[in-house]
Amino acid sequence: MHTLLPELSKTPLNDDQHRFFQQFISSLSPEQLAWAGGYLTGLISGGSSLSTVVTTASDGGGGADITILVGSQTGNSEALAEQTQQLAASRGLRTVIKKMGDYKIPQLKTEKNLLVIVSTYGEGDPPDNAKGIHEYLFSKRAPALKQAHFAVLGLGDSSYEFFCKTGIDFDRRLEELGATRIYHRVDCDVDFESTAEAWMDAVLNELATRVETKPQSAGLSLPSFTVSTSSTYSRKNPFPAVLLENIVLNGRGSIKETHHVELSLEDSGLSYEPGDALGIYPTNAPDVVDDLLQALRFNGEEQVNVDGKNINIHEVLFRHYEATTITRPMMQKYALLAKNKNLDQLLDDNHKKQLNDYLYGREIVDLISDFPTENLSPQAFVECLRKLPPRLYSIASSLKQHPDEVHLTVAAVRYQSHGRNRKGVGSTFLADRIGEETTIPVYIDRNNNFKLPADPATPIIMIGPGTGIAPFRAFVEEREAVGASGKNWLFFGDQHFETDFLYQIEWQRYLKSGVLTRMNVAFSRDQEQKVYVQHLMAEHGKELYAWLQEGAYLYVCGDEKRMAHDVHEALLKIVAYERKLNHAEEYIANLQKEKRYQRDVY
Amino acid sequence: MIDVTPEELEKRVEVERIKDASNYLRGTLVKSLQDPLTGALAEDDTQLSKYHGIYQQDDRDLRDERRRQKLEPHYQFLVRIRVPGGVCTPTQWLEVDRIANTWCNHTIRLTTRQAYQLHGIVKRDLKKTIAEINGTLLDTIAACGDVNRNVMCNPNPYQSRLHAEVYEYARRINEHLTPRTTAYHEIWLDEELVTSSRQDEEPIYGKHYLPRKFKIAVAIPPSNDVDIFANDLGFIAIAEDDRLAGFNVTVGGGLSMTHGEENTYPRLADVIGYCPKNKTLQVAEEIVKIQRDFGDRTNRKHARFKYTIDDRGVDWFKFELNKRLGWNIEAPRPFTFEHSGDRYGWVDGANDTWHHTLFLQNGRILDTEDYPMMTGLREIAKVHDGDFRLTANQNLIIGQVSDKKKPIIDALLKKYRLADSHQQTGLRLNAMACVAFPTCGLAMAESERYLPSLIDKLDVVIKEAGLENDPILVRMTGCPNGCARSSLGEIGFIGKAPGKYNLYLGAGFHGQRLNKLYRENINEEQILEELTPILHRYAREREQGERFGDFVIKAGYVKEVLAGKDFHS
Repeated sequence: MHTLLPELSKTPLNDDQHRFFQQFISSLSPEQLAWAGGYLTGLISGGSSLSTVVTTASDGGGGADITILVGSQTGNSEALAEQTQQLAASRGLRTVIKKMGDYKIPQLKTEKNLLVIVSTYGEGDPPDNAKGIHEYLFSKRAPALKQAHFAVLGLGDSSYEFFCKTGIDFDRRLEELGATRIYHRVDCDVDFESTAEAWMDAVLNELATRVETKPQSAGLSLPSFTVSTSSTYSRKNPFPAVLLENIVLNGRGSIKETHHVELSLEDSGLSYEPGDALGIYPTNAPDVVDDLLQALRFNGEEQVNVDGKNINIHEVLFRHYEATTITRPMMQKYALLAKNKNLDQLLDDNHKKQLNDYLYGREIVDLISDFPTENLSPQAFVECLRKLPPRLYSIASSLKQHPDEVHLTVAAVRYQSHGRNRKGVGSTFLADRIGEETTIPVYIDRNNNFKLPADPATPIIMIGPGTGIAPFRAFVEEREAVGASGKNWLFFGDQHFETDFLYQIEWQRYLKSGVLTRMNVAFSRDQEQKVYVQHLMAEHGKELYAWLQEGAYLYVCGDEKRMAHDVHEALLKIVAYERKLNHAEEYIANLQKEKRYQRDVY
Repeated sequence: MIDVTPEELEKRVEVERIKDASNYLRGTLVKSLQDPLTGALAEDDTQLSKYHGIYQQDDRDLRDERRRQKLEPHYQFLVRIRVPGGVCTPTQWLEVDRIANTWCNHTIRLTTRQAYQLHGIVKRDLKKTIAEINGTLLDTIAACGDVNRNVMCNPNPYQSRLHAEVYEYARRINEHLTPRTTAYHEIWLDEELVTSSRQDEEPIYGKHYLPRKFKIAVAIPPSNDVDIFANDLGFIAIAEDDRLAGFNVTVGGGLSMTHGEENTYPRLADVIGYCPKNKTLQVAEEIVKIQRDFGDRTNRKHARFKYTIDDRGVDWFKFELNKRLGWNIEAPRPFTFEHSGDRYGWVDGANDTWHHTLFLQNGRILDTEDYPMMTGLREIAKVHDGDFRLTANQNLIIGQVSDKKKPIIDALLKKYRLADSHQQTGLRLNAMACVAFPTCGLAMAESERYLPSLIDKLDVVIKEAGLENDPILVRMTGCPNGCARSSLGEIGFIGKAPGKYNLYLGAGFHGQRLNKLYRENINEEQILEELTPILHRYAREREQGERFGDFVIKAGYVKEVLAGKDFHS
């Protein structure tokens, strides 16, 4: 057994413990190791058996025959990787999970069996931690991978035009580089569980024919003792949380509507860390459902069969299926029912631009109204739809300050388009209707890519305009609770100082006590020229760079489309200026590699 | 004489130490103004800003709501613009109107001391506001704080020639007693920091200014509209052959008190003598210095000039004054006050000019759908080439209108429904209320927002009793500080709690007597229950020309108050 512990600095152990643990582990047979792992896990979860999740270290794991390479912005891909690993172990296959962000790219040439699980982000982009390897694979330096066998599982959202593009990219490119595909690429929409599980089953079956299996040889990488939850509740089995508080944070007169929501996690066994997200299963708004039923000319009582159960269509549209967002697959399925020439034309390859134009600002009710179907069967209609996915919100609290509670900062999305009032499903569910529910189905979505530094003395810079402030409230609460000595610098921006300074009195309190070292704010509509967080960064560029040189971690949370991009540009400019260079990409890339530039953007 | 030992400073109230450390009213105001994380000034600076004419306030209607929203109070600032004697130009009016609609809450408030008050300014607009006010040759310095405030002067121009002369003195006193510190110009007007020695920066006030506010008024008999006896120092113009000869000097007036503390009380000034006009500034200065030196700096509730005098006696004061003057104040000359209200509508002035006095309920100028008074006044200001005069009753006089301009202005008055502003009962025309909610941090009950509707109900009684045309002085304040001179109301209301007031009766019609507590802590229903029979009885039983305030004493409702010390007895 030549299993190696991660190096001392990457563990929470001291010198003696590290040495002892190293010796102990090395002395164990695979069966003994599996037992020890289970025993320790049981010890942590206080004895309750059930489905314990053992998080895996991203390092080491020599000797495994299969690498599961994971690229993810949220916790979904990682969770699926772990699930794959466990399934593999139960079939006697040894796997090691490697995160794309930590992956030493030269190792690619040594991979024999590669399972790639990667999500697509925004308008067809790889997640942050996958960018490095993605770029490498598409560059001239990409190696020949004749030795490798691979399969790709892509995660995405079919309401985006470039659905699962990153998965498509990896799948195509690996083949181009000479690797052998052992199973066709599988794309998962937002409701991914069953599709992903089918993929896991299929690829592991394939791999079992090629790879030496060892009975009960788990090939577990060592636990990193991060979050070990003893909860029965998960994405598949959400916890019914009670609402504690729902207030609008914006002052009277604001045009914004940002809600501060507090939910109880008492008796759930759920725990989370700052940087994690809360998944919530919303329902559709009753008036949205009614409008859609009216457009469909259904009365709502029509029975449809969903997952083997007969439910009336009103309930189905209210609770189970997406009733607003149009996805291309949905449109295509509906087109087969509508048999409408105009709709068909819109969907053909020559009309991509017109399709995009049509989709902009429209929802399923528009599709039905614009292209009605004669004698539409409720069942056929429902089969065009996809399941109502849960919504993720960055958690705005620290358990250490609010035991058994989880707080959220959510902006209610309301707008008008094409003559109708529209609303964001999740955000208005939280804003308008959670008070009417007895409980709300929730789960914790771990995000290992957005975490406070392990060392509490490390300085941190947080850039979180608008609702992007949420995880930073959690960060600062946590740092206060543990008495972290590290400096904290927060950048915030919104429209108006008087009404939109989210959590103002909390920040004032932290500044006074010294927990918050610095805070800079920009209110874009309080003066003639618009001022945003990137302008503040530029104004304090010298100081910002000094903090980075001291080892500070930089976090960005909030709007992906414009803010994150502008902040990134500002960062490049600052570093370039301070280092007297023409460009600063290398410095920034290095920050990313060291996990010192983390983003939670949406 | 002006310097103070550290031990002595320790015994004084906190505000005195703030003044001491402020370097002549600078404090950390510049830094406070720049702090973008709060709409408030640093705490000490909120005391110092007063000397610059600025009060920090917050919208009290929103306080609780914002706290729950994790937002700080909705901080905003009041800026008070000094208008000595209440006289200003149409250009200045237009500027104040523009500033009010650009940086403030789209209203102008005429105060009970003939000043402009602007509300709702946020911190980041404060400097611009002050700079623009100064740009129109008005200022805000010493409009609040422990200094001499805006000097009042009867604006009624039907004695135009005498008024012009007297007004000059009011203006000169105002100027003479303005703080000399260059802090105001450094902070608001970006003028250069003067680095020379600051030893004599305040020759009259010294480093610690006064123990409390100091109010000066100048009256021209027979009108006591300025309520001269409510002021710390008063000058009653004495004329000889229609020319100003000198002034009777009054000292020790002041109306503020604290509920439940009977060693605080309103006091009317004593007439202590006469000075020839060329000695006016010297007299004013020496009296201010006496208060500076003897006023109580260990207890702000006991710091007003009235207590300094009552503690030692008027004789002591006269002795001290004469000593400092180096000559003796003469015996007072005869004078009579006959009224304190405004004369509404068009009045023929001297020199072929006209004056039109407008009734502006509570001095609040704003546009509503039914009553576009702010626009109307703006339009009048655009064509007017005379002056505007703020009265002591929160009203406005369009002054020095030529024969030629009169029809133009008259047409505008009609167009904007201002012409008949004074078609109200005598009760309403003589009613005054302070601002109170939502901006005043000291208010215990509503005042400006409530008095009009109370008067609506009292008007019903008034009309039933046949008293529509009878002037009765009604004064309401939201707290016992008495900014709208509630202790001088023939009917006075002082707020105690939301919806509850103390009811006072019996003040003198021309400001010569304080009222007295009649009922404590009553609500609207009880107010109407109490006043209705009294008003009816007054209508029935009064003698020819007898005033309401005198009647209620004669009829035994309240006892006559002869001195402030007896106010509570």
